[in-house]
Amino acid sequence: MDMFPLWNSLRVAAMSSVIVFFLGIFAAVYVSKLNRIAKGVVDVLLTLPLVLPPTVVGYFLLVTVGARRPLGLLLAEFGIQFVMTWYGGVLAASVIAFPLMYRTARGAFESFDETLAYAGQTLGLSGSYIFWRIRMPACRQGILAGFVLAFARALGEFGATIMLIGYTPGRTATISTTVFHLWRIGDDHGAFFWVTINLGISAVVLLTVNMLERKNKRTVIR
Amino acid sequence: MSLFVDFRKKLGAFCLDVCFDAADNVLGLLGASGSGKSMTLKCIAGIEKPDEGKIVLDGVTLFDSEKRINLPPQKRKVGYLFQSYALFPNMNVRQNILCGLHGESDRGFRERALVEILEMTQLQGFEKHRPHELSGGQQQRVALARILVGSPNLLMLDEPFSALDSQLRAHLQVEMRELLKSFGKSVLLVTHDRTEAYRLCHQIALVDGGKILTQKDTKALFSDPESREAALMTGCKNIMAAEKTGAYELFVPAWGVHLTTALPLRDGLTAVGIRAHYFNARTNHNRYPVRFVDLIEEPFENIFQFRYEKQDENSPSLWWHLPKDRMPREPYEAGIAPQNVLPLYG
Repeated sequence: MDMFPLWNSLRVAAMSSVIVFFLGIFAAVYVSKLNRIAKGVVDVLLTLPLVLPPTVVGYFLLVTVGARRPLGLLLAEFGIQFVMTWYGGVLAASVIAFPLMYRTARGAFESFDETLAYAGQTLGLSGSYIFWRIRMPACRQGILAGFVLAFARALGEFGATIMLIGYTPGRTATISTTVFHLWRIGDDHGAFFWVTINLGISAVVLLTVNMLERKNKRTVIR
Repeated sequence: MSLFVDFRKKLGAFCLDVCFDAADNVLGLLGASGSGKSMTLKCIAGIEKPDEGKIVLDGVTLFDSEKRINLPPQKRKVGYLFQSYALFPNMNVRQNILCGLHGESDRGFRERALVEILEMTQLQGFEKHRPHELSGGQQQRVALARILVGSPNLLMLDEPFSALDSQLRAHLQVEMRELLKSFGKSVLLVTHDRTEAYRLCHQIALVDGGKILTQKDTKALFSDPESREAALMTGCKNIMAAEKTGAYELFVPAWGVHLTTALPLRDGLTAVGIRAHYFNARTNHNRYPVRFVDLIEEPFENIFQFRYEKQDENSPSLWWHLPKDRMPREPYEAGIAPQNVLPLYG
């Protein structure tokens, strides 16, 4: 059995969740500082991929970075091509998973007790110290939850991925596209195999989340 | 004079317009919640920016709208004890306190200062504890230690005892008084509790609707509040419109009584205030027959509600606080010593 889809899915999910982790936190911090109207507009734009059908997101991606589009042509100059490549999968999964990270992180930042930051300021602590040593640790739980959600979503991404990078065995195949393809050609056994693999990974992810939560709780009670 | 504050800030329909100065002792900002006390502290700390005005601490301009000076909070050397104490939950006591020494690069000095402040605030042995493992009183001491270790030029306390139960509160107020004495610089104490203000402050500024009504020495404020608002805010229960009839004599039409005062009366007298504790059945001054209408029982005293014989039907009954072992006896009469008749103006 060719194990490429497993390896490809894992690297796409890992890379996109790391990218989304930083972008999401950055966006969350930035947006929570905006005024009410700007916040509303930016928030809608950033959350859109969560509510749009993934195929629609895939369509928009094709329209922007497609081979014959201006941006696609520009990227091609640098030898980057998102269509029909595995890192196109990273792009697709990132766009889809981004709102999950962004929204959970923003929720965490907004529930942060701003008095702690004020106290830090009057004690002479710098802005970056307050952010990394006080704000981030206080929001740790929410940020971690956002990361895991983003990873899980990236791992299960199908719609935007199939639009942008299609299904090429050994090149762009992920677990979810493989299941779809094998089912379509009538390979029930193959499809079942990959479904089992997917179940296994999901179980591991959920167990990890639960363990992290328990560990967090213990440190709080101690 | 080591702190000078004079600024204005608009917050929607609310306008904060404060002007006061503080010497090297404790100044209380006494007022109801929502009167702008905490916002005043935030402006002095640099967390909020006033629209215009000036804040000077020990000759250093912290804020001046004309000269476009607005020091960041980090540079103001102003200690701010928040109502919630704002201890960093992810750090233990030691780490929390060391945050107050962040600008100090000499490690030996940091350690010595830490040991010293732990001893002063009686927190030895708690270095490794997280804030949530401490009692309310201990949390407050950690927050104070964290502020004092950086030796600020001004200490601001925002309702420091409101998060504590009443028994602990009285105890900690006594401790705090000692601590503030040894601090030796200006202290601003924000509170809505006049007992707390009386216990801890040398001077009190009354804050109402974003403005400073008056600023006076604590004892003078309570013995001669001068205005109706100040009398109310210092807890005067009986206030009624009055007319000046002589240099030391006034008439209260609604109560139907003439009262003599110890303070010489000025023109423009509008009302009189009498504290519920200061009625006296024994004094012969300002003595008039009364009729008791109701009794409110409290744990350690009784509040009698009474009316003067000639009192106007539509005016409210007066309040008289008496210890439980002292019941009024017939004939029912209430007197007031002249120094306890508070003339109110404006």
